[in-house]
Amino acid sequence: MPDSESPHIVKSFEQQLARLHDKVVEMGGAVENQLTEAAGAVLEKDTDAAMRAVEADPRVDEIEREIEQMVIRLLALRQPLAADLRQIVAALKISTDLERIGDYAANVAKRSIVLNQFNLPYSLAGLANMVVRVQDNLKLAIDAIGENDAEKAVEVWRSDEMVDDIYNAIFRELITYMMEDPRNITPCTHLLFIAKNLERIGDHATNVAETLHYAVVGEVILGNRPKGDTSAYAVVRHREGENDRGQAEHG
Amino acid sequence: MSGSALSFARRRRFGNYFWIGLSALLSVGIAAILLLILVYVFYQGVTSISWAFLTQVPHPVGVPGGGVGNGILGSAVIIAIATLIALPVGVLTGIYLTLFAPPRLAGALRFAADVLASVPSIAIGLFAYEVLVAPFHHFSALSASFAFSILMMPLIIRTTESAIRLVPTDMREAAVALGATELQTLFRCILVAARPGIMTGLILAVARVTGETAPLLFTAFGSQFWVVNPNQPMAELSLQIFTYAISPYKVWHNQAWGGALLLIMAVLTLSLTARIAFRGKVTANL
Amino acid sequence: MQIAPSTRNETMLETTAPTDAEAGVSVRHLNFFYGSNQALRDVSVDFRAREVTALIGPSGCGKSTLLRVLNRMYDLYPGQRAEGEVLIDGRNILGPGVDATSLRRDVGMVFQKPTPFPKSIYENVAFGIRLHEKLGRAELDERVRWALSRAALWDEVRDRLNASALGLSGGQQQRLCIARSIAVRPEVLLLDEPTSALDPISTLKVEELIDELKADFTIVIVTHNMQQAARCADRVAFFYLGELVEIASAEDLFTRPREKRTQEYVTGRFS
Repeated sequence: MPDSESPHIVKSFEQQLARLHDKVVEMGGAVENQLTEAAGAVLEKDTDAAMRAVEADPRVDEIEREIEQMVIRLLALRQPLAADLRQIVAALKISTDLERIGDYAANVAKRSIVLNQFNLPYSLAGLANMVVRVQDNLKLAIDAIGENDAEKAVEVWRSDEMVDDIYNAIFRELITYMMEDPRNITPCTHLLFIAKNLERIGDHATNVAETLHYAVVGEVILGNRPKGDTSAYAVVRHREGENDRGQAEHG
Repeated sequence: MSGSALSFARRRRFGNYFWIGLSALLSVGIAAILLLILVYVFYQGVTSISWAFLTQVPHPVGVPGGGVGNGILGSAVIIAIATLIALPVGVLTGIYLTLFAPPRLAGALRFAADVLASVPSIAIGLFAYEVLVAPFHHFSALSASFAFSILMMPLIIRTTESAIRLVPTDMREAAVALGATELQTLFRCILVAARPGIMTGLILAVARVTGETAPLLFTAFGSQFWVVNPNQPMAELSLQIFTYAISPYKVWHNQAWGGALLLIMAVLTLSLTARIAFRGKVTANL
Repeated sequence: MQIAPSTRNETMLETTAPTDAEAGVSVRHLNFFYGSNQALRDVSVDFRAREVTALIGPSGCGKSTLLRVLNRMYDLYPGQRAEGEVLIDGRNILGPGVDATSLRRDVGMVFQKPTPFPKSIYENVAFGIRLHEKLGRAELDERVRWALSRAALWDEVRDRLNASALGLSGGQQQRLCIARSIAVRPEVLLLDEPTSALDPISTLKVEELIDELKADFTIVIVTHNMQQAARCADRVAFFYLGELVEIASAEDLFTRPREKRTQEYVTGRFS
């Protein structure tokens, strides 16, 4: 860990750890960028941005494989302990989460291309709000990685609940649109998936934050995870629907 | 410049070769002298050696035959008794010196042992004479054994010391860690491990006194008969060789060569035994 | 949602804590001196019965010294002295009137290099038994066999009990030394870097043996090899400059040490 700690006696080990750290940060940057492109594709109907987001995916996958190789090599050859061990295992877990985030971002971008063929009769303000928050969370998570900052990790972890709340609202909203007019079903389904993907991205960013916190501090973030996706319990009944609230899993 | 440097180098190289060559030559010379002595003694002595030579007492001049049987027996008796005295005293001193003595006393003891080792043997013989012969008014094998034991002790002390030092501290601690007392550690562990080294020292000490003549002149004195009573004057091989060699008789000269051959063989055997035994110990322990 | 500090299942030993009920050995406020050099400073630690505790730390940190206090090996050397208490079965072994030789029957020790005596395999194992007990031939045979079996050596040497112990391989010699130590049926077994002279396979065999033996003995092992401490210890104590810095379960100490010095040592950032 590049804190105030003294450097490792074996310089090459120190260098490999630093390279691993840089790799994870690089991957984080790539994924963050991918999400920005995807967001632009959806909100600004920018098909080029969508293409860029999709095309970035193979590179993200490649970085993930590189990280996996580095981690296996470090574990086998250096037998790391304590903070080193936590950092290395964290790199592996974080890269998996980031790869998933990349996939979701690509998926969002692909759906935005389909979506552009429709004339949407309603505002994307809710979705825009969600995008901003997810982007903020991901950025914060990746900053936390770069600086090994456990405080930021906790912040990410806390703010995910908000994302989940927005998702629940969008879910309800879209279902209502579909019930009003069956022609809305196709675009709304895509929007629903886009929102779901964004929500998943938020979850993975939270995973990243949790993993990072353990790597830095050596302790897990305690308390129940603020898991706010209650759409699985949401019921919107025709006609009587509007005010029916879903049941939260955690009180 | 370079020319003189070159010649300097050449001169150095030449000096190098010269001195190496000289030392090699001298080394070969030493080995050759040893070989020469062995061959010469063998050549002179082998004709005298026979079963009778080994088993009979000396015959008077003019009576053919006769041998050094009583001398061999005498040597054995005298050395055996000397060993009985020197071994316990030497080993115990060595143990004390190594394990228990305060450093300054140990240093003093070590120095004393070294000085004792370099006292001329004839002086020790004289001492034995003063202590064990003069007061009793007769020569005896015992007094010879006493003199020999004094000659043997420094060797045994020093080899015991180095043998004990060779026993790893770990092994000593291992015995202690099992709950052995100091005495149990000493006898059941240290001495067991040091035994080959101590035996080597003993053999070398025996080899050393086997060839001694001087202290015997006025202690064992010599005898023409089979004697087993250590309180009596007793024949001894090297003493007999001395007596024969300074006699004017050709027959006795031959007997002396025979005895010398026996003596050399005995010492050589002892030395070789010690070497082989010691080598065995070293490989087993390290 | 709030972040609560996670509770540790290991807490730093209270120096005033009453003796752990399960403690095989309790060290209390131990100070140790080599002449005027202080090698241990106010060390208090419990070694629990039927557990393996590993002592780690850089050379000269006092871990081997602590081991040599537990069986009063330091008695051999004038100028070395210990202050404080070491309780075994509630008895302070540093107190007056404790017979060190009978103490060592209860506290066995195995050294860094294998130290077989230049005797037969059988005699090596019988050595300690003979010091303390008068056993008949059959009983002695049985005990030697038991010790060798327990040390996982019986099958390898049963046909050559009368051969010299020096003919065994290094790993076998070390297991013989372990057999020799457990033959007197101690309560505590001290291992001072027992595998530092062994090849990796012999090392693993000795580690497996340690795992087996902890069912019967309180084991304290000094090791320079952190992986080894991780592999065979239940708890690990880190010493630095004569002080106990941290003791924790092996898992905690090697994945999330509390002390900065421990962290730096186990990750190799120690200057």
